[in-house]
Amino acid sequence: MQAQELLEQLQARFADTLQAAVVAQGEVTIEVAPADLPATCTALRDEKNFHFEQLIDVCGVDYLAWGETEWATEETTGTGFSRGVDARTAGRLPGLEEELSTETPQQDRRFAAVYHLLSIKNNQRLRIRVFAVDDQLPVIPSVLDIWSSANWFEREAFDLFGILFEGHPDLRRLLTDYGFIGHPFRKDFPLSGNVEVRYDPGQKRVIYQPVSIEPRVLVPKVIRTQAGEETTSDESDRRGQI
Amino acid sequence: MPEIRNYTLNFGPQHPAAHGVLRMVLELDGETVQRADPHVGLLHRATEKLAESKPYNQSIGYMDRLDYVSMMCNEHGYVMAIEKLLGVEVPERAQYIRVMFDEITRILNHLLWLGAHGLDVGAMTAFLYTFREREDLMDAYEAVSGARLHATYYRPGGVYRDLPDRMPQYQSSRWHSQGDVDRLNRNRQGSLLDFLDDFVARFPACVDEYETLLTDNRIWKQRTVDIGIVTPERARQLGFTGPMLRGSGIAWDLRKKQPYEVYDRMDFDIPVGTNGDSYDRYLVRIEEMRQSNRIIKQCIDWLRVNPGPVMVGDHKVAPPPREEMKQDMEALIHHFKLFTEGYCVPEGEVYAALEHPKGEFGVYLISDGANKPYRVKIRAPGFAHLSAMDEMARGHMLADVVAIIGTMDIVFGEIDR
Repeated sequence: MQAQELLEQLQARFADTLQAAVVAQGEVTIEVAPADLPATCTALRDEKNFHFEQLIDVCGVDYLAWGETEWATEETTGTGFSRGVDARTAGRLPGLEEELSTETPQQDRRFAAVYHLLSIKNNQRLRIRVFAVDDQLPVIPSVLDIWSSANWFEREAFDLFGILFEGHPDLRRLLTDYGFIGHPFRKDFPLSGNVEVRYDPGQKRVIYQPVSIEPRVLVPKVIRTQAGEETTSDESDRRGQI
Repeated sequence: MPEIRNYTLNFGPQHPAAHGVLRMVLELDGETVQRADPHVGLLHRATEKLAESKPYNQSIGYMDRLDYVSMMCNEHGYVMAIEKLLGVEVPERAQYIRVMFDEITRILNHLLWLGAHGLDVGAMTAFLYTFREREDLMDAYEAVSGARLHATYYRPGGVYRDLPDRMPQYQSSRWHSQGDVDRLNRNRQGSLLDFLDDFVARFPACVDEYETLLTDNRIWKQRTVDIGIVTPERARQLGFTGPMLRGSGIAWDLRKKQPYEVYDRMDFDIPVGTNGDSYDRYLVRIEEMRQSNRIIKQCIDWLRVNPGPVMVGDHKVAPPPREEMKQDMEALIHHFKLFTEGYCVPEGEVYAALEHPKGEFGVYLISDGANKPYRVKIRAPGFAHLSAMDEMARGHMLADVVAIIGTMDIVFGEIDR
């Protein structure tokens, strides 16, 4: 299998820098420390075995709310519907001032950048995940010198997640409005945003004001462990939960 | 002696040639572009964040609205990612339907691109011609999904329903006599496949018509030849995919190289350019329409003789048929759970890419095991292309900027997301 082969080559070449390397769904994922990223990427681009000449995508990820649910599914409760409406989760934040309760996020670090590479020559793909060391000030070295396409992808990840790409010459906001405050794709940023815009007839100009809509969740987030591999024999327990 | 300074020009966001809402700050030396700084995000709707707050199936409709001229290909990327993570095998007939509609979508996209690109550089007629054929293909969309644009036809596990046996008919009114209506309905007497068969038979001649208007047209060539040249090395560096990459002479097409659905059974060719200029990319896209036409024909022939299911039978993912729900408690529960809570996708991450009309459209999906995606990242081809605007426009004239926007096939729905 091609993916397994690539994994072995990667493990042999980057034995001391790889933090993790797995094959899942036929896709190879490796994890490196931010400090090792530029050297690893240069090698991945230039060396014959890898030849990843294209950076297809850079994706910011915020692992703050990982595994957090809004609906009790493991045990039965006597509270009825309210079991799904109380929890303060990423989906229903009251506002910025209240802290999000994060009990046990499975990942110990919050922000990651995920790079997708493509080798046209070898017809292979590779995913690199880099966790930023500091949650308060996530910094990851830029790969703009290695792949020119990183320019906007990194600007986007900076804009939406606040990940700082060290060495990027022009790290401006890309997608959000001029003068936007905050990083909207962070899990502690409310879906409805913090401000809304309207025309004020009194002042005769467009003004920003705090949002007037309440954050709410239409469908609670649930995690059912046996989903996917359920067979008809599980049907009875499943129905018990409904 | 007066000081000569560069002139900064604000292009867009409301400009007919900006293809939506592109604001570009151009630094001009006389009429020559020194620097182009595109400001995007005016159409940013946070599709990815919205998708995080909804069960998987409820976001399919958002995908249509990304690249709103190639709707079903966007859906395809999204449902493919879900299927990969769920481990769902799509029925063969659904795979053929998907391939057929992907190619219909490719023609739809390229027709709009051709018309709009022509319009940008002053060729009005091609626009009117391409919209004539687009109309037929959108009727096919409508017949199969009920919507001309935002179809929401692909679902995880297959497609929403099988191809219809009859086409909707025009009806006479005060403005359309019975004779007119009969003429309009002439190719709509049979099933959708008959209608498409008729389309496939006459489409190559339509492409010839567009080519008569443009390919050897002196003005068209003056506006596109040697404009926006991208070398193969730079195209790779800049993350180009699709026709933009093939125009630079790299024969890379995911349908051939990393085939998905039933593309490995299809017979078609990949056109490549030689010079990497706008004219080559035009020729590549024209040829792609002809190749798509061939693929559609092959799908029609297969679909005619191979009936079968178009959706997986696993009711944890796909809703049970309504008829069954009237009889069977189990089916009713499945339906209820599916439409209130959705299905949980096993923990993991997956990247599903397909050859979108504009390039590589990818969906990177991270699941923490819940009924909603933890993170959806949409890799839009146009995003990478537009980011190369500065490099491609530098040194060209102001009017060529418009031609370069045209050749990139920019749609803001997917770039801003």
